[in-house]
Amino acid sequence: MAEVLVLVEHADGAVRKVSLEQLTLARSLGEPSAVVCGATGSAAALRDKLAEYGAAKVYVAESDEIDSYLVAPKAEVLAQLVAAKSPAAVLLASTNEGKEIAGRLAIKIGSGLLTDVAEVDADGTATQVVFAGAVIVKSKVNTGTPIYTLRPNSLAPEPSSGAAEEEVVEVTISESAKATKVVERVVEARTSRPELTEAGVVVSGGRGVGSAENFSIIEDLADALGGAVGASRAATDSGFYPHQFQVGQTGKTVSPQLYLAAGISGAIQHRAGMQTSKTIVVINKDSEAPIFELADYGVVGDLNKVVPQLTEEVTKRKG
Amino acid sequence: MNIVVLVKQVPDSGSERTLRAEDNTVDRQSVDNVINEMDEYAIEEALTLAESAGGEVTILTMGPDQAKDTIRKSLSMGAHKAVHVSDPALHGSCAVQTSAVLAKALGTLEWDLVICGAESTDGQVAVMPAMLSERLGVPHLTGARKLTVEGKQLTVERQTDGGYWVLQAQTPAIVSVWDTINEPRYPSFKGIMAAKSKPVQSLTLADLGVEAGDVGLDSATSQVLEFANRPPKQAGQVVKDEGDGGAKLADFLAGRKFI
Repeated sequence: MAEVLVLVEHADGAVRKVSLEQLTLARSLGEPSAVVCGATGSAAALRDKLAEYGAAKVYVAESDEIDSYLVAPKAEVLAQLVAAKSPAAVLLASTNEGKEIAGRLAIKIGSGLLTDVAEVDADGTATQVVFAGAVIVKSKVNTGTPIYTLRPNSLAPEPSSGAAEEEVVEVTISESAKATKVVERVVEARTSRPELTEAGVVVSGGRGVGSAENFSIIEDLADALGGAVGASRAATDSGFYPHQFQVGQTGKTVSPQLYLAAGISGAIQHRAGMQTSKTIVVINKDSEAPIFELADYGVVGDLNKVVPQLTEEVTKRKG
Repeated sequence: MNIVVLVKQVPDSGSERTLRAEDNTVDRQSVDNVINEMDEYAIEEALTLAESAGGEVTILTMGPDQAKDTIRKSLSMGAHKAVHVSDPALHGSCAVQTSAVLAKALGTLEWDLVICGAESTDGQVAVMPAMLSERLGVPHLTGARKLTVEGKQLTVERQTDGGYWVLQAQTPAIVSVWDTINEPRYPSFKGIMAAKSKPVQSLTLADLGVEAGDVGLDSATSQVLEFANRPPKQAGQVVKDEGDGGAKLADFLAGRKFI
């Protein structure tokens, strides 16, 4: 069976959830080979997890320099592996970094690419949900080795043991790949909550929350449900919540099991980022708000009363 | 500092967007077409830089004839001139082909910096700066929420999930921006009038030395096989809060095994 290269996203010594989803999908396309790019020693910490999710091989592309430059060295590693291993496909995560690596790789190896795919059939046909969730498209790469980027939370990761046989890849970073230096990584909001695009539950607040201080009621509910906090553009533009948590066309696209929208009217801008969520719950004082059209369950009422009551009920029932 | 801003005309995200049944390409006829929102931030950043450091701002657009409206709007914001790459053979081009054409067009211009929006609202593929960087052999500083220029040295704050990365590179380079970077200006009346006489150069594939057979739908590196409108969601139950809205919601969530 042909190999499928899976570029692993990892942070702080752990495999990110989206890469477990990539491995799960890769198994239906061929034999998954995980590719780990990182500082010396980073692959060892990830190997067990990669084996648990079916990686037959682990290509260890370690270099203390690789994270000093923006994406280009990783595209070089993948291009080198594509040339040496002739894989059936390359599967990356649909993150900003994943897409940029995919774009560079496509030019390097002369291949087509499809981004933000939700699924890929065994014959390589990919499904994408486009235009703010309004249209489902089936597409196929017809040039070179197909490159796909998988939208996080599109499928449930399933364990399946793999040999995770390690093979060291020599990393040589060209001068042109060193052109953009990453000189500092700054963490502004250290949070114990799950990452927005990977979270199973997202609780979002909009303009109706009213103030930055009052966003604490949204955070409390998210914490009770073990979820992430999101915000509409109206809320981030008003300074109620930091921009990186914006869900919508100009922010993050999320697809959690449960999406709870409080004080959000449901402009197309917001719907574009959350429309494919599995279960959608709405709290809004305006019964005419378009967001109710998407609701599996909706409450017309004051979020200042409904949200805290829900938080209390959740906490109580979870015991 | 001479700056080229990549501008794309897209179907208005507020209208009902779909694909064309005859060839599965984006339907640009049944909708309003507007400037890609993120590109306005790119234009603003370029104008601000040119105002302080001198130099010209050139708009580069690839698209059908109707993209002239978008070019005119870009010029009315204050850009100096524009280049419009337009050729019937480009219809249905994929990102890989588009990057080849834009790279050729950039090769005809004098620039220190290319600025573009981080993504378009239609395809949301978000790979163009990376592809152009690869093709042109110049660095990309992507996803900027802040850009600082000191001589040839560029410093960017790249927006990330939990904060930002500081990126550095030398010009010539490509920068892409998010909507957090600035507040785009509105075209003034004077700007709108002045835009009417600003130079717009039209370039065909032949002008750029690109073979028509290398671009367009028939030779695209990926192909849309089929599409369907996503079925509208079944409306769920909506209740009015009578003092027990939170508890009712909890019942619903418990029924779906969320708690």
